[in-house]
Amino acid sequence: MAFREYKIGARMFSFALGSSMMITLFFPSLDIAAVASTEIALDKQLSVGHETGFNWEDPFLLGKNKPVKVLVKADPKTGQPIEAVNAYVYPVGTSFPSGILHTRNLGHGVEELSIEQGRIKDVRKEDGAVFTIKNGTFDGKPVSYIVNATATMGWTPADVLKNAADENVSHVAAGKTMFVREGCWWCHTLLPEQTQDWQVFGAPPMLGDFNGESPTAFGSDRKAPDLLHVGSRNASREWMMLHFFNPRLVQPHSIMPRFDYLWGETDANGQKIDFAKWRAEYVEYREGKRVTPPDVPSYSKDSEIRSLIDYIISLK
Amino acid sequence: MLKYLFAKNEDIPAGSSAIFFGFSAIVWFVIGTGLGSFNAAKLAFPDFVTGNEYFAFGHMRQVHVMAVIFGWISMAFAMAMMYITPALGNKKLWSEKLGMWNCMLWNVGLSLGLTLLWAGITSGREYSDFPWPIDLYIVAFVVIPLGTNVWMTILTRRTQGIYTTNWFFASATFMVGIVLLVGNTPEYFHLTGLTEAYLTWWFAHNVLGLWITPVAAAIAYYTIPKVTGNPLYSHRIGHLHFWSVVVFYSTPAAHHLMSSPLPEWLKSFASVEGVLILVPAIAFVSNILLTMQGKWNMFVENLEVRFTITGCLMAIPLNMQGGFQQTRAINWYIHGTGWIVAHAHLALLGFSTFLEGAAVYLGLQTLMKRKLYSLTLGNLHFWMLLIGFTTYWISMTIAGLIQGAGKIYEVPYIDVVIAEHPYMIARWVGGTMVFISNIIWLYNMWMTARQGTVVPQGRMPHELAYER
Repeated sequence: MAFREYKIGARMFSFALGSSMMITLFFPSLDIAAVASTEIALDKQLSVGHETGFNWEDPFLLGKNKPVKVLVKADPKTGQPIEAVNAYVYPVGTSFPSGILHTRNLGHGVEELSIEQGRIKDVRKEDGAVFTIKNGTFDGKPVSYIVNATATMGWTPADVLKNAADENVSHVAAGKTMFVREGCWWCHTLLPEQTQDWQVFGAPPMLGDFNGESPTAFGSDRKAPDLLHVGSRNASREWMMLHFFNPRLVQPHSIMPRFDYLWGETDANGQKIDFAKWRAEYVEYREGKRVTPPDVPSYSKDSEIRSLIDYIISLK
Repeated sequence: MLKYLFAKNEDIPAGSSAIFFGFSAIVWFVIGTGLGSFNAAKLAFPDFVTGNEYFAFGHMRQVHVMAVIFGWISMAFAMAMMYITPALGNKKLWSEKLGMWNCMLWNVGLSLGLTLLWAGITSGREYSDFPWPIDLYIVAFVVIPLGTNVWMTILTRRTQGIYTTNWFFASATFMVGIVLLVGNTPEYFHLTGLTEAYLTWWFAHNVLGLWITPVAAAIAYYTIPKVTGNPLYSHRIGHLHFWSVVVFYSTPAAHHLMSSPLPEWLKSFASVEGVLILVPAIAFVSNILLTMQGKWNMFVENLEVRFTITGCLMAIPLNMQGGFQQTRAINWYIHGTGWIVAHAHLALLGFSTFLEGAAVYLGLQTLMKRKLYSLTLGNLHFWMLLIGFTTYWISMTIAGLIQGAGKIYEVPYIDVVIAEHPYMIARWVGGTMVFISNIIWLYNMWMTARQGTVVPQGRMPHELAYER
């Protein structure tokens, strides 16, 4: 063999690269796999669903096959008022998130409580499901776990959606899909840094805050404010609406692109949006020929921008 | 060129696939830097081309990155491999036909992948943005055919021993396959959470460390001794370079996530290994610069040497930044700022591009047996590339320091945006110079193919005097 003089080298190479893989892949995987989900992680993965990047169920990243988050104020089965609770509604045929499909990803304690008390093993994709999050204790420690409300309380996706007012329905998962597709994360990070971001952008995330979320879309190049807790700083839908349509309306020095194309064809009243007219009037305003900028059209409730705003405001 | 796809292997002239790869690489370089210039314009003037999904920054940014990495840089690597590996083995390429198909499938796959990214069809993972079927396509139709050709050419060589350049080529084609397969496991197997985030940066780190950096260096190990006529200063330092790349460059992936909640031991380990990257870096730069002994006049007089040595010299600030900016002491200040963008361009547009540029200049002239059409245009390309890049690098470094200061002193973010504005304009000017210089290069190489002075058998192109 022409290569025999390199036998030692080939063995050294395998050893070096193998050790490197062992240290950088295998050992960290043990540590990361041992992490139990926090309540934040449960909320995130139930809100955003199975996958918000490319996947076969939603190959064009249009927000298909996604759950919705609903604020439930009355028992959907009986109609009795209850203490308001967030329900994560997976309509019939929607893919379940990683923690439901692979309960081991929930981590020690969370997995046991979610299976025994939350009955999450009883879900069926064909029937859809409604989930809630509850707090309990495991081995004397406080643990949040997932409850399959369809199995434990008989809440069906159809009932929950039928009884929910539109302002209580949040399309977080579809919005995260827009966040990924439109590349928001090329400029806005979702990762306050551990050393100096506490005052401005809020607390950095903890080790167990991501279980089940994909993609995490941390971002690396911060050309704009961090958004992990943006919903705590600013939860105004009106501000978000103006800002997405044309960021220069509310922040003259902003370099953010306009996302007016996410409004779609028609506004909230079903009227066709005349973008050319709007832009012409905006140019007049910028040149001082108008006193006020043109009005921003209200978005329709099934527009892409509505999902994106729902997602941004959900980032508490 | 395309007629050779269905020709018999022995009927395809030697060097055809390298020429095909070389011109593809230059075309992708023009496209990639054009997109970069367009994106930079949007950061400087946010209302430049607006209201259209397909010209939005968030849709085009990743197309620029992937076009230059997988189009320009990686195809220039393939060009160098198809040309240098056989030359060092004193034989023809193992299969020109495989090389031609490799190049054609590469262009098709990359065009498809970039179109998908442009449409917003992305995995949402930086540097592994392509949806996973495209990643598998790259492994199957880009990396494996390329690696097969390189490995088979080395195994059937007609020389004793294997020269430094070929150690790197052989191991890098192998390692990049592993990196693509392992780095995209979150997509095939739907791994989530911190595992997904970590593997994203494991991929990004290793595709740079085990593919781009070593192959670029390997090219310099060929061009400098070949053009200057000096033997490589030290094979032993070459050994040190090779083994320290494998050991030290494959381990610091976690240093890209220093401020994330990864296990602390992992971040500390990665940080120490990250400083040790200085070992291969110093070995490489010293080896190449010492090889130049007695031939420094060629740094001024010869275009290929000038490109290569400029790239090597840029490896010094590159690795000084790279080694130390990832330590906790510095990373907290510059993480996520334009400093990092400047550093990434120093690696890919500074260090790596200049080394590959030399290989493409040298390889195309040698294989086509045509002397460069115009030295003036070559010089213009060099200086516009260098000045454009330097403008970009300096402006982004300053912008990054402003951002870092804004971050730690908790300046309202919009004030940082305002302060950065002049540097964003400078960045766009620099990037546009790079773009224009590449158009000049493409024209120059095209005219070389058509009208360059014929180089007689057995002579190097630079040994001939210019006729015009």
